[in-house]
Amino acid sequence: MIFDHGGVMIDIAENIGDYRLETNSRTLDSRRSVVKRTKLGWLTIIQTLGEEFSMKSNMTAVIAGVAAVLVFGVATTMANQAFAGNDRFMKVLERGKLVVGVKADYKPWGFRDSDGKIIGMEIDMAQDVADAMGVSLELVPVQSSNRMQFLQQGKIDLMIATMSDKLNRRKVVGIPTPNYYTSGTNVLAKKGVVSSWADLKGKPVCGKQGAFYNKQVSQRYGATIIAFVGNSEAKQALRDGKCVAWVYDDSSIMADLASGQYDDYEMPMMTEDDNPWALAVPLDELNSIWGNFMSGMIVNWHASGRLIELEKKWGIQSTQFVIDMNKRFAPYAAN
Amino acid sequence: MAVELYADFFREIYDSTGWNFPFLYEQYEYDRFLEGMWVSLKLIVASLAFSLVVGIIGAWAQGAESKFVRYLIAGYIQFFRNTPPFVQILFFYFVLGNLVPSYDAGGYQVGYIDSFGWAVISLGFFAGAFNTEIFRSGIEAVPESTVEAAEALGYTRFQSYLHVVFPLAFRVCLPALNNNLVNLLKTTTLAYGIAVPEMMYTANQMWSDNVNVPEMMIVLFIFYVGLVAILVYGMHKWEQNLKIPGYG
Repeated sequence: MIFDHGGVMIDIAENIGDYRLETNSRTLDSRRSVVKRTKLGWLTIIQTLGEEFSMKSNMTAVIAGVAAVLVFGVATTMANQAFAGNDRFMKVLERGKLVVGVKADYKPWGFRDSDGKIIGMEIDMAQDVADAMGVSLELVPVQSSNRMQFLQQGKIDLMIATMSDKLNRRKVVGIPTPNYYTSGTNVLAKKGVVSSWADLKGKPVCGKQGAFYNKQVSQRYGATIIAFVGNSEAKQALRDGKCVAWVYDDSSIMADLASGQYDDYEMPMMTEDDNPWALAVPLDELNSIWGNFMSGMIVNWHASGRLIELEKKWGIQSTQFVIDMNKRFAPYAAN
Repeated sequence: MAVELYADFFREIYDSTGWNFPFLYEQYEYDRFLEGMWVSLKLIVASLAFSLVVGIIGAWAQGAESKFVRYLIAGYIQFFRNTPPFVQILFFYFVLGNLVPSYDAGGYQVGYIDSFGWAVISLGFFAGAFNTEIFRSGIEAVPESTVEAAEALGYTRFQSYLHVVFPLAFRVCLPALNNNLVNLLKTTTLAYGIAVPEMMYTANQMWSDNVNVPEMMIVLFIFYVGLVAILVYGMHKWEQNLKIPGYG
């Protein structure tokens, strides 16, 4: 569908060219007239063409030509406004390379292997997009603090960088629906110490100052939160046994577990307060080919179970959201 | 509880003006706030007292006959005066804290010195280094002849320090001491770094949960301005009471 749309536009452009070539070869007079009046603009040319051809009773061609020119004109005008972004899609196809902003320090979503190559779950997703478009993939490492600027400045075509979906972010970058992932609150604890949220009652739990779930965990489960300035201090306190668990975002905990430094630790709880993740395209591309194409990619990732497969590949505990989305979309994919 | 009496009033202020003081209308925040104030007061009193003890002992040891003791005190002063107090607190809690015996309390270790204890110890030693130097300045201001007079009367070194030198020195150095104690009172906020739930820590938690940073900042300022005012007032009264007519 998306390709068709692009295809139609190319067809129209080609038709006009063909038509002009045809006219030129037909009569010397009309060719002169076209050449002479080019400066006067498309409308004059169309009128002139119409006048000259009306005598030869080739009205169908004329009408088709006029229609084609009008459609092309309208399309160009719209491209300058709402569809400014179709440029991006075309550009990626033209240069044969898709540039994606990803994390390079967030195992296992995006990190460097021993050779310095960026790999991870989100990199596999970026590769899927490049494969679907039939282009090669270039990865640009981004940080949480600059990822949206990279997109705004056109340095990257697409951003898949563990970003939470927030209303104020939707005003800055184009976020295609649905979300591809969620993360929520969980704890990192020594194996076998706690097994459910209720076990935290009255026990010290380390956290980071300023995290919104500190209050929730203390109010809901009666845990005593010991909040440190940074996560490194909080995790040090956990390693020193100053608390039974460290409460934080499950994706970050999984990253720690995957790092191999926490082999005696586990993430024993059911994740709470899920927070959706979003990939992003430039804001003005959201409602054009590029944004719609990415929406399609996300739906297909969910439908085909590709995300579940990737979670397994990268050793990530399966996320309820991904399972639910797969259940919802898989029947359609089967048909 | 108490918070219910004026909860509606402050909730209305929040709704009409946007000024959010959750500890004045929400029980959970109210309890947290009171706890924060209480811990802050305990922390201030404890570290002030500890720093004074350290200062008095330090100043006495500075004049010790043993070279070893004098070098030890000099080293202590250099270390604590020349390193940032925040680093000291973290060092005490995370490094020395692991050397202290602890017992297992069901999945976590409880040390015999908790984060509050470490905050008092490190803040006390930090301000104590300054207090030592402040007391030394007072001791050096006591005339040599007065010390000799005490010796002539048969006082031992310790007795003359306790009964003659220190009481006189204390009067001389009170203004400087006053200054240092005010500084220490404000430095206790650094204990939030090792999660001592004092006022700064509580305010930080509250503005994270309620996004009311300006309001909590103002509350913090008022709290510390008030405490410092009380401390300074008390110290001035003390200074006046200790005044010996014709001396200093």
